[in-house]
Amino acid sequence: MTATETKTGTSKAGTKVMTLLEAITDALRHEMKQDDRVLVFGEDVGKKGGVFGATLGLQDEFGEQRCFDSPLSECGIIGTGIGMALYGMRPVAEIQFLDFIYPAFDQIVSEAAKMRYRSGGEYTCPMVIRSPYGGGIRGGHYHSQSSEAYFCHTPGLKVVIPSTPADAKGLLIASIRDEDPVMFLEPKALYRHAKGEVPLGEHVVPLGKARIARDGTDVTILCYGAMVPVCLAAAETAAQAGRSIEVIDLRTLVPLDEATVLESVKKTGRCVIVYEAPKTCGYGAELSAIVGERCIEYLEGPIVRVAGFDTPFPYTLEHLYMPDQKRVLAGIEKTFVW
Amino acid sequence: MSNDLLTIIDQDGKTQKGKDPGLPKDELQRLYRLMVATRLLDERGLAMQRQGRIGFYLQSTGQEASHLGAAYALADRDWLFPAYRQPGILLLRDISIDKIVSEWLGNSGDTSKGRQMPVHYSFREANFVSISSPIGTQLTHAAGAGMAARIRGDDTVFMTFCGDGGTSSNDFHTGLNFAGVTKAPVVFVCENNGWAISVPQCKQTASESMAIKAQAYGMPGVRVDGNDILAVYRVCKEAVDRARRGDGPTLVETVTYRMASHSSSDDAARYRDATEYEAWKKKDPIARFQLYLKQRKLWDETFEAEVVETAKAKLAEGVKLAEARANLGPESLFDDVFMNLTPQLKAQRQELAELMSKGGVGADVGHFPL
Ligand SMILES: Cc1ncc(C[n+]2csc(CCOP(=O)(O)OP(=O)(O)O)c2C)c(N)n1
Ligand SMILES: [Mg+2]
Repeated sequence: MTATETKTGTSKAGTKVMTLLEAITDALRHEMKQDDRVLVFGEDVGKKGGVFGATLGLQDEFGEQRCFDSPLSECGIIGTGIGMALYGMRPVAEIQFLDFIYPAFDQIVSEAAKMRYRSGGEYTCPMVIRSPYGGGIRGGHYHSQSSEAYFCHTPGLKVVIPSTPADAKGLLIASIRDEDPVMFLEPKALYRHAKGEVPLGEHVVPLGKARIARDGTDVTILCYGAMVPVCLAAAETAAQAGRSIEVIDLRTLVPLDEATVLESVKKTGRCVIVYEAPKTCGYGAELSAIVGERCIEYLEGPIVRVAGFDTPFPYTLEHLYMPDQKRVLAGIEKTFVW
Repeated sequence: MSNDLLTIIDQDGKTQKGKDPGLPKDELQRLYRLMVATRLLDERGLAMQRQGRIGFYLQSTGQEASHLGAAYALADRDWLFPAYRQPGILLLRDISIDKIVSEWLGNSGDTSKGRQMPVHYSFREANFVSISSPIGTQLTHAAGAGMAARIRGDDTVFMTFCGDGGTSSNDFHTGLNFAGVTKAPVVFVCENNGWAISVPQCKQTASESMAIKAQAYGMPGVRVDGNDILAVYRVCKEAVDRARRGDGPTLVETVTYRMASHSSSDDAARYRDATEYEAWKKKDPIARFQLYLKQRKLWDETFEAEVVETAKAKLAEGVKLAEARANLGPESLFDDVFMNLTPQLKAQRQELAELMSKGGVGADVGHFPL
């Protein structure tokens, strides 16, 4: 297969208000319709339509060959997915919760991620691994983790995290059409809470392009996934106190849109990074390093990380673990007074 | 062989000749009490979830004989590496309702300090090892503990549970393989309730049974009627004795049915045929054992009323005690990551305390699942 650039764009078919979850189903349906190589599978994705309902109706519409339940083995789901991709299909594998992906870790990091490189480009692995991640649903540590950093640390994997319904659709379609393996992590806290206009029909949002979710001039907040609405709310509160906050929704962690990040920080001179994973060695550490390396001369205050604590994800104390608006606001203040 | 299904109590409560394990009368009645108490505990758990008093619940209704019969075959010193659908074992091992309900609430009475979702118990006092959500992981732990006991020359036996879905996990293969190779004193109990959330057994494995998989690991595999407590007990007692003698592991498949939805978040009506449920309802393990006891003149209406009343009273008292317990403080978030707090964790604990003193933090965290 030749390496072609994925075409991006949006059809003129109008829009419809959808939840983030519905937008994902819409993207899957769109791709299954237009490309019969696209296969959707995982635990409970068939008749039940997934534990959250992301694949609802797909088995009825496309049959059991195109949308099917797998035995209970993440290793099997990803390993067979790699085999399908090698044979020319476009597998979209669902891992029921990101917390359950570890039995497949070897297949992801040793196989999918390295296939292109180790075969000198002879073999490639264009597959998407979809999985709900993150807290906010009282799921305890096995239904709440944000382990994106493990995957960002693995060369050969792209890592995508949408925060709006329109992006969920456009980024998922781009991921399915991408020639490399993509971890597509879905903020489950936003599945039904994020609602918005989604273009009908063709809608592709390119990987590697961040979105400026709110313009501002005093502080840049870098965030992704379920932290985006938290940061937007904090920015609104800060605005009432006279602070102008720019909120950047990264959309893709790998590849990162460094240009947008650096341009914003150079403009504001202050940077807060918000993520819900444990602070140490989280993706925010990488962002902080990039900002420090590339534009320290523009900074007027310390780079501040607001993140989960370095504990396993708790159950009853989840509300204290998850970064909230107040912690983001405190982070903003730290860039002024330190 | 591995595909035969051992049943002792038939639908009419009669036993097959020569197969009754011959338990003393008071022990038979105790088992019945435990089954009834387990069912009532389960009903209360779901009710409390529906009332919003706890965040999540997962029922074992219909599987009382399967897990109680199995664990009853152990000695008190033997260890359990459970999955999440064996609550009767807690009652068998004298864990109070107060402690169980405190776990659901995750309060200061919870042995695991509110760190896990409800029904993921940990009771060291009962040799009941902390339950994990990731399917199958306990199977290798049981094999390893068994290997260690052999090395030490102890005669402890280890019993571990998984579901039909669990047989597809990496750890099922590895756990049985290691135990087989090392002759570890382990009883692997696969509670085959026909479903792994919405995935039926036929999509889980092409094997004729779960028990037959034992052959590949060089151990006996036994298939037993999981709704017949005497049959489960008998098979597991043989497996436990075998393990204790040093003759190695056994795989027991208890054939049963998940009567409830997978959990409080699931609706089985969306993917399961009601006729299947109706057919299994007729095989209810408690009703079956009750008939048996009645035949043996160990059960009558007066006994039933007393059993139910006692269980309900204990439940009410335990729930009351548990609900009166205090919540855990924010500082407990940082305990038990390591034996001692690292400097970084101390700093984070301090940071949280300062934030809270300045007007309280607290994210909006929804319900499971959305
Ligand atoms: C590794 C892993 N993958 C997925 C899940 C999500 N999940 C929880 S229970 C379950 C089904 C388990 O079925 P089974 O083993 O038959 O046990 P049962 O629930 O029927 O007792 C699944 C898929 C999980 N907990 N762990
Ligand atoms: Mg099952």
